[in-house]
Amino acid sequence: MRQTRIVRNIWLGIENLLLHKMRSLLTMLGVVFGVGSVVAMLSVGEGASKEALEQIRKLGSQNIIISSVKSAEEEATSTTHSHLGIYGLVYEDHTRIAESFRNIKQTAPVKLIRKDSRLREKTMELRVVGTTPEWFELVPREVLAGRVLLSSDQDRQGPVAVLTEFGARKILATESTIGQTIRIGSDQFEVIGIVKSESGQAGNIQIPDEDVDAYIPIEVARKYFGDIFTKRTSSGDEREKVELHQIIVQVDDAKKVEAVAAGIERMLERFHKKKDYAVSVPLALLKQAEAMKRRFNIVLGSIAGISLLVGGIGIMNIMLASVTERTREIGIRRAIGAKRKQIVFQFLIETTVLSTTGGIIGLGLGALIPFLITYFSGMITVMTLKGILLPLLISMTIGILFGLYPAVNAAKVDPIVALRHE
Amino acid sequence: MIKPASVKEQKEIVELKDAQKIYQMGMEEVRALAGVNISFKSGSFWAIMGPSGSGKSTMMNILGCLDRLTSGQYYLEGKDVSMLDDDSLSELRLRYLGFIFQSFNLIPQLTVQKNIELPLYYLGWDSARSAERAKEIAEEVRLGDRLSHRPTELSGGQMQRVAIARALANDPQILFADEPTGNLDTATGEQIMDVLLKLNGQGKTIIMVTHESTIASHAHNRLHMLDGKIDRIEGSCNEAN
Repeated sequence: MRQTRIVRNIWLGIENLLLHKMRSLLTMLGVVFGVGSVVAMLSVGEGASKEALEQIRKLGSQNIIISSVKSAEEEATSTTHSHLGIYGLVYEDHTRIAESFRNIKQTAPVKLIRKDSRLREKTMELRVVGTTPEWFELVPREVLAGRVLLSSDQDRQGPVAVLTEFGARKILATESTIGQTIRIGSDQFEVIGIVKSESGQAGNIQIPDEDVDAYIPIEVARKYFGDIFTKRTSSGDEREKVELHQIIVQVDDAKKVEAVAAGIERMLERFHKKKDYAVSVPLALLKQAEAMKRRFNIVLGSIAGISLLVGGIGIMNIMLASVTERTREIGIRRAIGAKRKQIVFQFLIETTVLSTTGGIIGLGLGALIPFLITYFSGMITVMTLKGILLPLLISMTIGILFGLYPAVNAAKVDPIVALRHE
Repeated sequence: MIKPASVKEQKEIVELKDAQKIYQMGMEEVRALAGVNISFKSGSFWAIMGPSGSGKSTMMNILGCLDRLTSGQYYLEGKDVSMLDDDSLSELRLRYLGFIFQSFNLIPQLTVQKNIELPLYYLGWDSARSAERAKEIAEEVRLGDRLSHRPTELSGGQMQRVAIARALANDPQILFADEPTGNLDTATGEQIMDVLLKLNGQGKTIIMVTHESTIASHAHNRLHMLDGKIDRIEGSCNEAN
């Protein structure tokens, strides 16, 4: 009985609003856009934080990545022909770093060489990653077949390689995978395992692995391919000597990552004459990226908040006008015996119906925006239940909050005066 | 002489004792009712008359529980209602009183049926029962075929009959009519008076404000107001003091 009465009241409210369709629609508009932007904001924000977590997982939150870079001076001289550029991290750097810091759990030296590889008529360029078994712990990826490098491979210095899923598919195709021998450069390697890969960019940091990697023991890489590389550029061949391209360091405690990184930076500074290395801390960059996203969310949130406020004021404005317009109706209802609170209730229901309807339309609009964002920019957006219920709750609250003043005004109408109102 | 139909019930239904109503108009005090003593019997038909400013509208608002006395007592069915709050007065109007106005005062957005159902809505009746009751009363005032019309599609006489039907929906004890024929031509006005007389014949107490003596002559009693006081009383079974 009580239930049906409320339903009846809501229906009466809807009927009343339908009498002025255009006006009701325009009144709703503010809430529509407000709720729309809240929904869009929440799903973009949710997507961004999910993305950030994903990136932390890919990069390893306790990792420090030290890379060889061509120093500015080196860059200037390298234009001369037949110049041998010597720069970057050396084997000794790795040993020093691994031995000097207490908080370092493990390290992996990385040597990167691009080589064509072949199996019968199939060829593709691989990125040969000369590293140690620690790599697979610092950059943990699912093993799809066979095994990863072991320290015994290191000791034996055997020509074995672990391929990525993508590379394996291209090169090995349907051939029985493990145990195949492929040619990398001019040497034969036995494929001992296949792992998944996560290529892509995370913030400003290149994720350590690529789709076309072939992991081989670092000693083997050094013995077979040496430290001198020839790069083909537009101005001719360029020869460089780089011992190590990367050193990946894992710290035992996420809180100490930045301190260790600073220590490494100081140490390298002492041993390198030129700044031919770069220390990057994924965690710090991710923190930065997240702080930026937070600011972005605050800006979006305030815009949404302002449009909700404007929407609410719009409703209040129209309802105040409506109360004046309906003074006589209010007087009639009061004369018949309607209590003040019933008049308040009547107007509150109308504003709540207005704002909630606006909220539902806004929800539709707001669901469309993240879809378009994902479609055009590739940004991940996530719609959660919270992201749907919160804006609806907000829109209902707006209806009640901004409807209260006009409704109370309506109830104050003196029936005697109202009945004479023309 | 003509007698009210329900002779059996001759209790006093409304009674004013030294009723005063003072309005504050800026710096000036207006005594709309200056100490009125009167009582109406149940089942009677009264016309309150007087020039504008005589206090007849104020009298009507007080008796109709739309307004409160500044001082004095108002007994409705023997109960002192002069000190009741707004909600209680609304409740009284809802349960015991019905109103008919000069300008009909129908809600234009609502159909005839919805207008008639209005008091029932506030009484908390469910829609099926309300609809049934609305139809029943509409038949009584010969509007059974106009239920789904809007007031704007009706003639003045029809609109006033809708207003009467609405006033009757809650089966009130007293029916108040404020210049019920003021917006109607003479013939239609007479028809409305016939309806009111018929209702009075069925036992409803009717209190009507009018300044037209031809209309007032239908009532059994006439109360003439002047300057917030009772000027004179005439009629068949006057029981004023």
